[in-house]
Amino acid sequence: MLDVAIQKQLRDFTLDVAVRVDPGKIFVIMGANGSGKSTTLSSIAGLVCPDTGYVRLGGEILYDSPTRSNLPPEDRRIGYVFQNSAVFPHLTVHENVAFGLRARKEKPDVINSRVVSLLEKMDLHDLSPVKAKNLSGGQKQRVALARAIAIQPSLLMLDEPFTALDIDSIRAVRDLTRAVITEMQIPCLLVTHRVGDILEIGDKACVLSHGKKEWEGSPRDMPGTFPACQCP
Amino acid sequence: MDRTAMKFPGYKKKRFQHALTIIGAAILVASVTLYLALPVAALFFQTTPDLFLASLADPEVISALTLSLTTSVISLVIVILVGTPFAYIHSRNTYPGKVIVDTLIDLPLVLPPAVAGLALLVLWGRVGILGRYFNVLGVSIAFTTLAVIMAQIFVASPFYLRQAKSLFEQLDPAYEQAALTLGASPIRTFVLITLPLTAGGLVSGAVMTFGRALGEFGATIMFAGNLPGVTQTMPLAVYVNMSGDHHAGITIAILLVLISFAIMIAVRLLADKGVPRA
Repeated sequence: MLDVAIQKQLRDFTLDVAVRVDPGKIFVIMGANGSGKSTTLSSIAGLVCPDTGYVRLGGEILYDSPTRSNLPPEDRRIGYVFQNSAVFPHLTVHENVAFGLRARKEKPDVINSRVVSLLEKMDLHDLSPVKAKNLSGGQKQRVALARAIAIQPSLLMLDEPFTALDIDSIRAVRDLTRAVITEMQIPCLLVTHRVGDILEIGDKACVLSHGKKEWEGSPRDMPGTFPACQCP
Repeated sequence: MDRTAMKFPGYKKKRFQHALTIIGAAILVASVTLYLALPVAALFFQTTPDLFLASLADPEVISALTLSLTTSVISLVIVILVGTPFAYIHSRNTYPGKVIVDTLIDLPLVLPPAVAGLALLVLWGRVGILGRYFNVLGVSIAFTTLAVIMAQIFVASPFYLRQAKSLFEQLDPAYEQAALTLGASPIRTFVLITLPLTAGGLVSGAVMTFGRALGEFGATIMFAGNLPGVTQTMPLAVYVNMSGDHHAGITIAILLVLISFAIMIAVRLLADKGVPRA
Protein backbone atom coordinates (compact mmCIF):
# COMPACT_ATOMS: atom_id res chain seq x y z
CA MET A 1 0.00 0.00 0.00
CA LEU A 2 1.07 3.56 -0.75
CA ASP A 3 0.51 5.99 2.10
CA VAL A 4 1.51 9.60 1.48
CA ALA A 5 1.04 12.84 3.40
CA ILE A 6 3.31 15.66 2.23
CA GLN A 7 3.52 19.41 2.53
CA LYS A 8 5.75 21.65 0.43
CA GLN A 9 5.82 25.40 0.01
CA LEU A 10 5.68 26.15 -3.72
CA ARG A 11 5.98 29.56 -5.33
CA ASP A 12 2.27 30.46 -5.26
CA PHE A 13 0.77 28.08 -2.71
CA THR A 14 1.47 25.30 -0.23
CA LEU A 15 1.16 21.77 -1.54
CA ASP A 16 -0.66 19.73 1.08
CA VAL A 17 -1.67 16.29 -0.16
CA ALA A 18 -2.53 12.99 1.52
CA VAL A 19 -3.10 9.90 -0.61
CA ARG A 20 -3.59 6.21 0.16
CA VAL A 21 -3.63 3.64 -2.62
CA ASP A 22 -4.15 -0.10 -2.17
CA PRO A 23 -2.21 -2.70 -4.22
CA GLY A 24 -3.82 -3.39 -7.59
CA LYS A 25 -5.74 -0.10 -7.52
CA ILE A 26 -5.34 2.97 -9.72
CA PHE A 27 -5.67 6.37 -8.07
CA VAL A 28 -6.20 9.21 -10.52
CA ILE A 29 -5.05 12.75 -9.71
CA MET A 30 -6.66 15.52 -11.70
CA GLY A 31 -6.31 19.26 -11.60
CA ALA A 32 -5.55 22.33 -13.63
CA ASN A 33 -2.01 23.05 -14.83
CA GLY A 34 0.18 24.15 -11.94
CA SER A 35 -2.11 22.69 -9.27
CA GLY A 36 0.68 20.51 -7.83
CA LYS A 37 0.01 17.16 -9.54
CA SER A 38 3.48 16.63 -10.99
CA THR A 39 5.18 17.94 -7.85
CA THR A 40 3.24 15.35 -5.85
CA LEU A 41 4.58 12.56 -8.10
CA SER A 42 8.11 14.02 -8.04
CA SER A 43 8.00 14.16 -4.23
CA ILE A 44 6.93 10.51 -4.00
CA ALA A 45 9.68 9.53 -6.48
CA GLY A 46 12.30 11.41 -4.43
CA LEU A 47 13.09 13.88 -7.20
CA VAL A 48 11.78 16.74 -5.08
CA CYS A 49 12.10 16.88 -1.32
CA PRO A 50 8.92 17.85 0.59
CA ASP A 51 9.20 20.25 3.53
CA THR A 52 7.35 17.94 5.91
CA GLY A 53 5.33 14.73 5.90
CA TYR A 54 5.94 11.10 5.01
CA VAL A 55 5.92 8.66 2.10
CA ARG A 56 5.42 4.98 2.95
CA LEU A 57 5.31 2.21 0.42
CA GLY A 58 4.51 -1.40 1.35
CA GLY A 59 5.74 -0.91 4.91
CA GLU A 60 8.96 0.78 3.82
CA ILE A 61 9.59 4.41 4.75
CA LEU A 62 10.77 6.34 1.68
CA TYR A 63 10.53 9.75 3.29
CA ASP A 64 9.80 10.83 6.82
CA SER A 65 10.49 14.37 7.95
CA PRO A 66 10.47 13.79 11.76
CA THR A 67 13.18 11.11 11.48
CA ARG A 68 14.87 12.87 8.53
CA SER A 69 14.66 9.71 6.42
CA ASN A 70 14.87 10.35 2.71
CA LEU A 71 15.72 7.53 0.31
CA PRO A 72 17.32 8.74 -2.95
CA PRO A 73 15.20 8.13 -6.09
CA GLU A 74 17.47 5.31 -7.31
CA ASP A 75 16.70 3.27 -4.17
CA ARG A 76 12.91 3.71 -4.15
CA ARG A 77 11.93 1.11 -6.78
CA ILE A 78 9.20 3.26 -8.27
CA GLY A 79 8.25 2.91 -11.93
CA TYR A 80 7.72 6.44 -13.25
CA VAL A 81 6.33 7.11 -16.71
CA PHE A 82 7.05 10.75 -17.47
CA GLN A 83 4.95 13.12 -19.48
CA ASN A 84 6.15 12.80 -23.11
CA SER A 85 7.74 9.47 -22.12
CA ALA A 86 11.39 10.62 -21.72
CA VAL A 87 12.61 7.42 -23.39
CA PHE A 88 16.34 7.67 -24.02
CA PRO A 89 16.55 8.63 -27.72
CA HIS A 90 20.12 7.41 -28.23
CA LEU A 91 19.35 3.90 -26.97
CA THR A 92 17.43 1.12 -28.71
CA VAL A 93 14.06 -0.07 -27.44
CA HIS A 94 15.80 -3.13 -25.93
CA GLU A 95 18.44 -0.97 -24.22
CA ASN A 96 15.78 1.38 -22.87
CA VAL A 97 13.83 -1.44 -21.24
CA ALA A 98 17.04 -3.07 -19.98
CA PHE A 99 18.41 0.22 -18.55
CA GLY A 100 16.92 -0.11 -15.08
CA LEU A 101 17.83 -3.79 -14.80
CA ARG A 102 21.44 -3.08 -15.75
CA ALA A 103 21.56 -0.20 -13.26
CA ARG A 104 20.36 -2.64 -10.62
CA LYS A 105 23.14 -5.08 -11.56
CA GLU A 106 20.83 -7.93 -12.59
CA LYS A 107 22.47 -10.89 -14.32
CA PRO A 108 22.68 -10.57 -18.14
CA ASP A 109 20.51 -13.68 -18.79
CA VAL A 110 17.86 -12.40 -16.34
CA ILE A 111 17.91 -8.99 -18.06
CA ASN A 112 17.60 -10.50 -21.52
CA SER A 113 14.77 -12.89 -20.70
CA ARG A 114 12.80 -10.24 -18.80
CA VAL A 115 13.23 -7.63 -21.54
CA VAL A 116 12.28 -10.05 -24.33
CA SER A 117 9.18 -11.21 -22.47
CA LEU A 118 8.13 -7.62 -21.72
CA LEU A 119 8.65 -6.49 -25.30
CA GLU A 120 6.47 -9.37 -26.50
CA LYS A 121 3.78 -8.54 -23.99
CA MET A 122 3.84 -4.88 -25.04
CA ASP A 123 3.86 -5.75 -28.74
CA LEU A 124 7.25 -4.09 -29.13
CA HIS A 125 9.30 -7.14 -30.05
CA ASP A 126 9.79 -6.10 -33.69
CA LEU A 127 11.04 -2.69 -32.57
CA SER A 128 13.67 -4.13 -30.22
CA PRO A 129 16.73 -2.96 -32.25
CA VAL A 130 15.19 0.40 -33.24
CA LYS A 131 16.61 3.59 -31.72
CA ALA A 132 13.95 5.21 -29.51
CA LYS A 133 14.28 8.54 -31.33
CA ASN A 134 12.71 6.88 -34.39
CA LEU A 135 9.53 5.73 -32.60
CA SER A 136 6.05 7.22 -32.79
CA GLY A 137 4.45 8.84 -29.73
CA GLY A 138 2.38 5.76 -28.92
CA GLN A 139 5.37 3.44 -29.29
CA LYS A 140 7.46 5.68 -27.03
CA GLN A 141 4.78 5.57 -24.32
CA ARG A 142 4.66 1.77 -24.51
CA VAL A 143 8.47 1.63 -24.23
CA ALA A 144 8.33 4.00 -21.25
CA LEU A 145 5.74 1.78 -19.59
CA ALA A 146 7.76 -1.37 -20.33
CA ARG A 147 10.90 0.33 -18.98
CA ALA A 148 9.11 1.38 -15.79
CA ILE A 149 7.66 -2.07 -15.02
CA ALA A 150 10.84 -3.96 -16.02
CA ILE A 151 12.37 -3.07 -12.66
CA GLN A 152 9.39 -4.80 -10.96
CA PRO A 153 8.43 -1.65 -9.08
CA SER A 154 6.48 -1.47 -5.85
CA LEU A 155 4.56 1.52 -7.22
CA LEU A 156 3.76 2.70 -10.73
CA MET A 157 3.29 6.41 -11.43
CA LEU A 158 2.17 7.81 -14.76
CA ASP A 159 2.27 11.55 -15.44
CA GLU A 160 -0.17 12.40 -18.22
CA PRO A 161 0.84 9.34 -20.24
CA PHE A 162 -1.86 9.84 -22.87
CA THR A 163 -0.96 13.39 -23.90
CA ALA A 164 -0.44 13.76 -27.66
CA LEU A 165 -1.48 10.17 -28.42
CA ASP A 166 -4.12 9.16 -30.96
CA ILE A 167 -7.29 7.40 -29.81
CA ASP A 168 -6.01 3.89 -30.64
CA SER A 169 -2.71 4.46 -28.81
CA ILE A 170 -4.55 5.87 -25.78
CA ARG A 171 -6.75 2.79 -25.63
CA ALA A 172 -3.74 0.47 -26.03
CA VAL A 173 -1.63 2.16 -23.31
CA ARG A 174 -4.68 2.44 -21.01
CA ASP A 175 -5.51 -1.26 -21.35
CA LEU A 176 -1.87 -2.21 -20.85
CA THR A 177 -1.65 -0.12 -17.70
CA ARG A 178 -4.75 -1.73 -16.23
CA ALA A 179 -3.49 -5.22 -17.11
CA VAL A 180 -0.06 -4.54 -15.58
CA ILE A 181 -1.50 -3.17 -12.32
CA THR A 182 -3.89 -6.10 -11.97
CA GLU A 183 -1.14 -8.62 -12.69
CA MET A 184 1.56 -7.08 -10.51
CA GLN A 185 -0.82 -6.09 -7.71
CA ILE A 186 0.95 -2.82 -7.03
CA PRO A 187 -0.58 0.61 -6.36
CA CYS A 188 -0.69 3.06 -9.24
CA LEU A 189 -0.91 6.86 -9.36
CA LEU A 190 -2.10 8.37 -12.62
CA VAL A 191 -2.10 12.06 -13.44
CA THR A 192 -4.42 12.95 -16.27
CA HIS A 193 -6.72 15.65 -17.63
CA ARG A 194 -8.98 13.24 -19.48
CA VAL A 195 -12.30 12.26 -17.93
CA GLY A 196 -12.36 9.20 -20.21
CA ASP A 197 -9.19 7.85 -18.54
CA ILE A 198 -10.62 8.31 -15.06
CA LEU A 199 -13.83 6.52 -15.86
CA GLU A 200 -12.07 3.75 -17.81
CA ILE A 201 -9.29 2.73 -15.45
CA GLY A 202 -9.54 4.79 -12.26
CA ASP A 203 -10.56 3.04 -9.04
CA LYS A 204 -10.44 6.26 -7.09
CA ALA A 205 -9.80 9.86 -8.03
CA CYS A 206 -9.11 13.27 -6.59
CA VAL A 207 -9.03 16.78 -7.95
CA LEU A 208 -6.20 19.10 -6.87
CA SER A 209 -6.54 22.85 -6.78
CA HIS A 210 -3.73 25.12 -5.60
CA GLY A 211 -2.05 22.21 -3.88
CA LYS A 212 -5.10 21.02 -1.92
CA LYS A 213 -7.55 18.20 -2.56
CA GLU A 214 -10.79 19.80 -3.70
CA TRP A 215 -12.60 16.52 -4.13
CA GLU A 216 -11.92 12.80 -3.62
CA GLY A 217 -14.06 9.77 -4.33
CA SER A 218 -15.12 7.18 -6.85
CA PRO A 219 -14.69 8.29 -10.48
CA ARG A 220 -18.41 7.58 -11.08
CA ASP A 221 -19.36 10.13 -8.43
CA MET A 222 -17.09 12.86 -9.75
CA PRO A 223 -18.93 16.14 -10.35
CA GLY A 224 -18.54 17.39 -13.93
CA THR A 225 -18.08 20.97 -12.79
CA PHE A 226 -14.31 20.96 -12.17
CA PRO A 227 -12.45 23.00 -14.78
CA ALA A 228 -9.89 20.22 -15.23
CA CYS A 229 -12.60 17.64 -15.88
CA GLN A 230 -14.01 19.16 -19.04
CA CYS A 231 -11.78 17.23 -21.46
CA PRO A 232 -13.39 14.17 -23.13
CA MET B 1 5.85 47.79 -76.78
CA ASP B 2 5.59 45.20 -73.99
CA ARG B 3 1.87 44.51 -73.41
CA THR B 4 2.33 44.05 -69.64
CA ALA B 5 4.06 47.42 -69.45
CA MET B 6 1.11 48.96 -71.29
CA LYS B 7 -1.37 47.53 -68.81
CA PHE B 8 0.68 48.54 -65.71
CA PRO B 9 2.46 51.86 -66.18
CA GLY B 10 4.84 51.34 -63.18
CA TYR B 11 5.81 47.79 -64.24
CA LYS B 12 9.09 48.67 -66.05
CA LYS B 13 10.22 50.88 -63.18
CA LYS B 14 9.53 48.15 -60.63
CA ARG B 15 11.41 45.59 -62.75
CA PHE B 16 14.37 47.96 -62.94
CA GLN B 17 14.29 48.52 -59.17
CA HIS B 18 14.11 44.76 -58.58
CA ALA B 19 17.14 44.21 -60.86
CA LEU B 20 19.04 46.96 -59.05
CA THR B 21 18.26 45.37 -55.69
CA ILE B 22 19.56 42.00 -56.88
CA ILE B 23 22.74 43.55 -58.31
CA GLY B 24 23.27 45.55 -55.08
CA ALA B 25 22.79 42.43 -52.94
CA ALA B 26 25.17 40.42 -55.15
CA ILE B 27 27.85 43.12 -54.90
CA LEU B 28 27.47 43.24 -51.11
CA VAL B 29 27.72 39.44 -50.72
CA ALA B 30 30.69 39.27 -53.11
CA SER B 31 32.49 42.15 -51.34
CA VAL B 32 32.13 40.64 -47.87
CA THR B 33 33.14 37.17 -49.09
CA LEU B 34 36.16 38.47 -50.99
CA TYR B 35 37.25 40.70 -48.09
CA LEU B 36 37.36 37.60 -45.85
CA ALA B 37 38.60 35.07 -48.39
CA LEU B 38 41.18 37.04 -50.40
CA PRO B 39 43.82 37.51 -47.65
CA VAL B 40 43.62 33.78 -46.86
CA ALA B 41 43.81 32.86 -50.55
CA ALA B 42 46.76 35.25 -51.00
CA LEU B 43 48.82 33.09 -48.65
CA PHE B 44 48.59 30.18 -51.07
CA PHE B 45 50.00 32.37 -53.89
CA GLN B 46 53.08 33.21 -51.83
CA THR B 47 54.54 29.74 -52.13
CA THR B 48 54.81 26.79 -54.49
CA PRO B 49 54.08 23.14 -53.70
CA ASP B 50 57.84 22.39 -53.79
CA LEU B 51 58.72 25.24 -51.44
CA PHE B 52 55.81 24.33 -49.16
CA LEU B 53 56.94 20.71 -48.91
CA ALA B 54 60.57 21.74 -48.43
CA SER B 55 59.60 24.10 -45.60
CA LEU B 56 57.59 21.34 -43.96
CA ALA B 57 60.87 19.52 -43.36
CA ASP B 58 62.41 22.60 -41.70
CA PRO B 59 63.26 21.68 -38.07
CA GLU B 60 61.88 25.02 -36.88
CA VAL B 61 58.53 24.35 -38.56
CA ILE B 62 58.39 20.79 -37.23
CA SER B 63 59.28 22.02 -33.74
CA ALA B 64 56.57 24.73 -33.76
CA LEU B 65 54.01 22.32 -35.21
CA THR B 66 54.79 19.62 -32.64
CA LEU B 67 54.75 22.06 -29.73
CA SER B 68 51.48 23.67 -30.85
CA LEU B 69 49.69 20.38 -31.37
CA THR B 70 51.00 18.88 -28.12
CA THR B 71 50.17 21.88 -25.93
CA SER B 72 46.77 22.39 -27.59
CA VAL B 73 45.81 18.74 -27.05
CA ILE B 74 46.94 18.89 -23.40
CA SER B 75 45.02 22.15 -22.88
CA LEU B 76 41.93 20.63 -24.49
CA VAL B 77 42.08 17.49 -22.35
CA ILE B 78 42.39 19.60 -19.18
CA VAL B 79 39.52 21.88 -20.26
CA ILE B 80 37.27 18.87 -21.00
CA LEU B 81 38.14 16.97 -17.81
CA VAL B 82 37.72 19.97 -15.52
CA GLY B 83 35.25 21.98 -17.57
CA THR B 84 32.59 19.30 -18.14
CA PRO B 85 31.81 18.60 -14.48
CA PHE B 86 32.22 22.29 -13.68
CA ALA B 87 29.70 23.32 -16.38
CA TYR B 88 27.28 20.62 -15.23
CA ILE B 89 27.42 21.62 -11.56
CA HIS B 90 27.24 25.30 -12.50
CA SER B 91 24.23 24.88 -14.80
CA ARG B 92 22.24 22.63 -12.47
CA ASN B 93 22.67 24.56 -9.23
CA THR B 94 21.94 27.98 -7.85
CA TYR B 95 24.55 29.43 -5.52
CA PRO B 96 25.62 32.86 -4.27
CA GLY B 97 27.79 34.67 -6.78
CA LYS B 98 26.70 32.56 -9.74
CA VAL B 99 26.29 35.68 -11.90
CA ILE B 100 29.85 36.73 -11.06
CA VAL B 101 31.16 33.28 -12.00
CA ASP B 102 29.20 33.50 -15.27
CA THR B 103 30.84 36.84 -16.04
CA LEU B 104 34.31 35.55 -15.17
CA ILE B 105 33.83 32.58 -17.52
CA ASP B 106 33.11 34.96 -20.38
CA LEU B 107 35.82 37.50 -19.48
CA PRO B 108 38.69 35.91 -21.45
CA LEU B 109 36.55 36.19 -24.61
CA VAL B 110 36.62 39.98 -24.52
CA LEU B 111 39.91 40.50 -22.69
CA PRO B 112 42.78 41.43 -25.04
CA PRO B 113 45.08 38.35 -25.13
CA ALA B 114 48.11 40.49 -24.26
CA VAL B 115 46.32 41.66 -21.11
CA ALA B 116 45.50 38.02 -20.29
CA GLY B 117 49.20 37.17 -20.70
CA LEU B 118 50.24 40.09 -18.50
CA ALA B 119 47.71 39.06 -15.83
CA LEU B 120 49.07 35.50 -15.85
CA LEU B 121 52.61 36.86 -15.60
CA VAL B 122 51.72 39.13 -12.67
CA LEU B 123 50.25 36.15 -10.82
CA TRP B 124 52.52 33.26 -11.85
CA GLY B 125 55.74 35.03 -12.92
CA ARG B 126 59.02 34.52 -11.02
CA VAL B 127 58.28 37.55 -8.87
CA GLY B 128 54.52 37.23 -9.24
CA ILE B 129 51.98 37.11 -6.42
CA LEU B 130 51.91 33.28 -6.35
CA GLY B 131 54.83 32.57 -8.68
CA ARG B 132 57.44 33.82 -6.19
CA TYR B 133 56.50 31.01 -3.76
CA PHE B 134 56.78 28.41 -6.49
CA ASN B 135 60.11 29.97 -7.46
CA VAL B 136 61.38 29.50 -3.89
CA LEU B 137 60.49 25.81 -4.23
CA GLY B 138 62.47 25.71 -7.47
CA VAL B 139 59.37 25.57 -9.69
CA SER B 140 59.38 28.10 -12.48
CA ILE B 141 56.17 28.53 -14.44
CA ALA B 142 56.57 31.60 -16.64
CA PHE B 143 58.53 31.15 -19.89
CA THR B 144 58.09 27.38 -19.87
CA THR B 145 55.92 24.98 -21.90
CA LEU B 146 53.61 24.86 -18.86
CA ALA B 147 53.05 28.61 -19.30
CA VAL B 148 52.04 27.99 -22.93
CA ILE B 149 49.41 25.48 -21.76
CA MET B 150 48.19 27.81 -19.00
CA ALA B 151 47.83 30.69 -21.47
CA GLN B 152 45.95 28.47 -23.93
CA ILE B 153 43.59 27.22 -21.22
CA PHE B 154 42.96 30.78 -20.04
CA VAL B 155 41.96 32.17 -23.43
CA ALA B 156 40.35 29.06 -24.98
CA SER B 157 38.39 27.45 -22.13
CA PRO B 158 35.37 29.84 -22.37
CA PHE B 159 34.52 28.37 -25.78
CA TYR B 160 33.98 24.95 -24.19
CA LEU B 161 32.54 26.15 -20.89
CA ARG B 162 29.89 28.33 -22.53
CA GLN B 163 28.86 25.57 -24.90
CA ALA B 164 28.73 22.88 -22.19
CA LYS B 165 26.83 25.15 -19.80
CA SER B 166 24.24 25.98 -22.45
CA LEU B 167 23.80 22.31 -23.45
CA PHE B 168 23.27 21.14 -19.87
CA GLU B 169 20.74 23.95 -19.33
CA GLN B 170 18.83 22.97 -22.47
CA LEU B 171 18.69 19.23 -21.73
CA ASP B 172 15.26 18.21 -20.46
CA PRO B 173 15.78 17.07 -16.83
CA ALA B 174 13.15 14.34 -17.40
CA TYR B 175 15.83 12.14 -19.06
CA GLU B 176 18.06 12.24 -15.99
CA GLN B 177 15.12 11.92 -13.61
CA ALA B 178 13.90 8.86 -15.52
CA ALA B 179 17.36 7.28 -15.22
CA LEU B 180 17.46 7.98 -11.47
CA THR B 181 14.02 6.44 -10.85
CA LEU B 182 15.14 3.37 -12.81
CA GLY B 183 17.91 2.85 -10.27
CA ALA B 184 20.92 4.54 -11.90
CA SER B 185 23.28 6.46 -9.62
CA PRO B 186 23.86 10.16 -10.40
CA ILE B 187 27.30 9.35 -11.89
CA ARG B 188 25.91 6.50 -14.04
CA THR B 189 23.12 8.82 -15.18
CA PHE B 190 25.64 11.50 -16.12
CA VAL B 191 27.85 9.09 -18.06
CA LEU B 192 25.13 7.04 -19.80
CA ILE B 193 22.44 9.67 -20.35
CA THR B 194 23.63 13.27 -19.95
CA LEU B 195 26.93 12.98 -21.82
CA PRO B 196 25.64 11.01 -24.85
CA LEU B 197 22.65 13.36 -25.24
CA THR B 198 24.91 16.42 -25.26
CA ALA B 199 27.91 14.81 -27.00
CA GLY B 200 27.46 16.48 -30.41
CA GLY B 201 27.47 19.97 -28.91
CA LEU B 202 30.27 19.16 -26.48
CA VAL B 203 32.52 17.94 -29.31
CA SER B 204 31.67 21.08 -31.27
CA GLY B 205 32.73 23.20 -28.26
CA ALA B 206 35.89 21.12 -27.85
CA VAL B 207 36.84 21.63 -31.50
CA MET B 208 36.41 25.40 -31.15
CA THR B 209 38.52 25.34 -27.99
CA PHE B 210 41.26 23.39 -29.75
CA GLY B 211 41.22 25.88 -32.61
CA ARG B 212 41.48 28.86 -30.28
CA ALA B 213 44.30 27.22 -28.30
CA LEU B 214 46.18 26.44 -31.50
CA GLY B 215 45.95 30.04 -32.69
CA GLU B 216 46.86 31.62 -29.34
CA PHE B 217 49.49 34.35 -29.69
CA GLY B 218 49.16 37.39 -27.39
CA ALA B 219 48.91 35.71 -24.01
CA THR B 220 51.55 33.15 -24.94
CA ILE B 221 54.20 35.68 -25.99
CA MET B 222 53.59 37.74 -22.83
CA PHE B 223 53.55 34.86 -20.35
CA ALA B 224 55.61 32.13 -22.03
CA GLY B 225 57.93 34.10 -24.26
CA ASN B 226 59.24 32.92 -27.61
CA LEU B 227 61.79 30.19 -27.00
CA PRO B 228 62.17 27.84 -30.00
CA GLY B 229 61.33 24.26 -29.03
CA VAL B 230 60.06 25.32 -25.60
CA THR B 231 57.43 28.02 -26.02
CA GLN B 232 57.52 28.96 -29.70
CA THR B 233 54.14 27.77 -30.99
CA MET B 234 53.00 28.03 -34.61
CA PRO B 235 51.56 31.57 -34.43
CA LEU B 236 54.76 32.79 -32.74
CA ALA B 237 56.88 31.06 -35.39
CA VAL B 238 54.87 32.80 -38.13
CA TYR B 239 55.60 36.17 -36.50
CA VAL B 240 59.33 35.47 -36.05
CA ASN B 241 59.80 34.05 -39.53
CA MET B 242 58.26 37.03 -41.29
CA SER B 243 61.52 38.88 -40.58
CA GLY B 244 63.67 35.81 -41.31
CA ASP B 245 62.76 32.72 -43.33
CA HIS B 246 59.73 34.07 -45.14
CA HIS B 247 58.81 30.67 -46.64
CA ALA B 248 58.78 28.92 -43.26
CA GLY B 249 56.36 31.55 -41.98
CA ILE B 250 54.09 31.14 -45.02
CA THR B 251 54.17 27.34 -44.65
CA ILE B 252 53.16 27.50 -40.98
CA ALA B 253 50.47 30.06 -41.82
CA ILE B 254 49.05 27.77 -44.52
CA LEU B 255 49.08 24.86 -42.08
CA LEU B 256 47.11 26.97 -39.59
CA VAL B 257 44.64 27.96 -42.31
CA LEU B 258 44.12 24.29 -43.28
CA ILE B 259 43.61 23.29 -39.64
CA SER B 260 41.17 26.19 -39.17
CA PHE B 261 39.21 25.06 -42.23
CA ALA B 262 39.03 21.51 -40.87
CA ILE B 263 37.83 22.88 -37.52
CA MET B 264 35.09 24.98 -39.11
CA ILE B 265 33.88 22.03 -41.19
CA ALA B 266 33.83 19.82 -38.08
CA VAL B 267 31.87 22.46 -36.14
CA ARG B 268 29.34 22.88 -38.97
CA LEU B 269 28.84 19.12 -39.19
CA LEU B 270 28.30 18.88 -35.45
CA ALA B 271 26.28 22.07 -35.08
CA ASP B 272 23.00 20.42 -36.11
CA LYS B 273 23.30 17.86 -33.35
CA GLY B 274 21.34 19.77 -30.72
CA VAL B 275 19.92 18.53 -27.48
CA PRO B 276 16.89 16.23 -27.96
CA ARG B 277 13.55 17.11 -26.45
CA ALA B 278 11.73 14.58 -24.27
